[in-house]
Amino acid sequence: MADKTITLKVARYRPGQDPAPTLQTYTIPYRQDWVVLDALNHIKDQVDGTLSYRWSCRMGVCGSCGMMVNGVPKLTCAAFLRDYHPREIRVEPLANFPVIRDLVVDITDFLDKLKRVKPWLIRKLEKPIAEGEYLQKPQELEAYKQFTQCINCMLCYSACPVYGLEPEFLGPAAIALGYRYNLDSRDQGREERQPVLGAHDGVWQCTFVGECSEVCPKHVDPAAAIQRSKVEAAKDWVKAVLLPWGQR
Amino acid sequence: MTGTRPDKSKLYYPKMTPTWWLKRPNYILFMLREFSSVFIAVFLVVFLIQICQLTRGPEAYADFSQRLGSPGWITFHVVALLFALYHSITWFYSSAIVLPMRIGETEIPRNRVVALNLALLAVVSFVVLLLFISLQG
Repeated sequence: MADKTITLKVARYRPGQDPAPTLQTYTIPYRQDWVVLDALNHIKDQVDGTLSYRWSCRMGVCGSCGMMVNGVPKLTCAAFLRDYHPREIRVEPLANFPVIRDLVVDITDFLDKLKRVKPWLIRKLEKPIAEGEYLQKPQELEAYKQFTQCINCMLCYSACPVYGLEPEFLGPAAIALGYRYNLDSRDQGREERQPVLGAHDGVWQCTFVGECSEVCPKHVDPAAAIQRSKVEAAKDWVKAVLLPWGQR
Repeated sequence: MTGTRPDKSKLYYPKMTPTWWLKRPNYILFMLREFSSVFIAVFLVVFLIQICQLTRGPEAYADFSQRLGSPGWITFHVVALLFALYHSITWFYSSAIVLPMRIGETEIPRNRVVALNLALLAVVSFVVLLLFISLQG
């Protein structure tokens, strides 16, 4: 086991120096229980300290270590070397995002879009704390629980060809989170979110490739959230046409 | 927030190539699903022309139908049928995602909804086929 090695081809991009990313080859010891992130940490610690990448929790919770592993968006803390060995592994920054350096991408576009869908509980009038919590039935929780699992890892954006071709597209995770709050029985902010979700650059840009749900490490199923939001937007449109004196 | 934004002039902006859809099996299946609409649209136009021939009399209709019997048109219709079947199957898979079905509080598993829809498609197709055969007779 100790003699086994594995080869990683890692994308390198030095801003201001390189015109485009290039692949650098590292051959390192192979450990069956290592994930790609462990391999990158080994390279950083033992081979090449200049390698840049994001990571934090190492347990699929923080959503920081998303990268392209052999062309597929993955959390590198959950991509085991044993699933690739003895083949070499190509590690690149998340597709569809501008690259800051090596494997670090610029996520400001996603953060701006996330803010636009207001992914928090909106109340028209907050009740006094003395009146207690906003109670919810188990089935009311079940209606949106699946969509709360999103960890903002952006693998879905990386898998979405629409976002790659039309960067104005609101994108899978932001729509799924907006939809999640619309479904929440405690929320009253649908009227504020729906114009963003139902806009041309919102749900209607989606052509339902479905790859966002395939790569989601938390089984959020953003593709379903987008298609169901389309139904909601269509209902709003029908109401606006049939009830011109005001939507209910 | 603005102060932490990276210098845009130093970012590398990746571009998608025209062959992006060849990179993953699901992308290819998606493109095939979209491409199926071209064959179905052409089939519908040909079908409309065929109906229009009826208004021009039995001879015009027979002449047009005979032309549709050429190997080229038969090949086209076989390919269009395969695309229509593929489109129908993907449609039922998609509709199960878009409109989840419930019995009371319990959501019916997607696979069962798809299986039910496909079974209905098969039954309706069989009935249409029987009608067609009986009309031919």
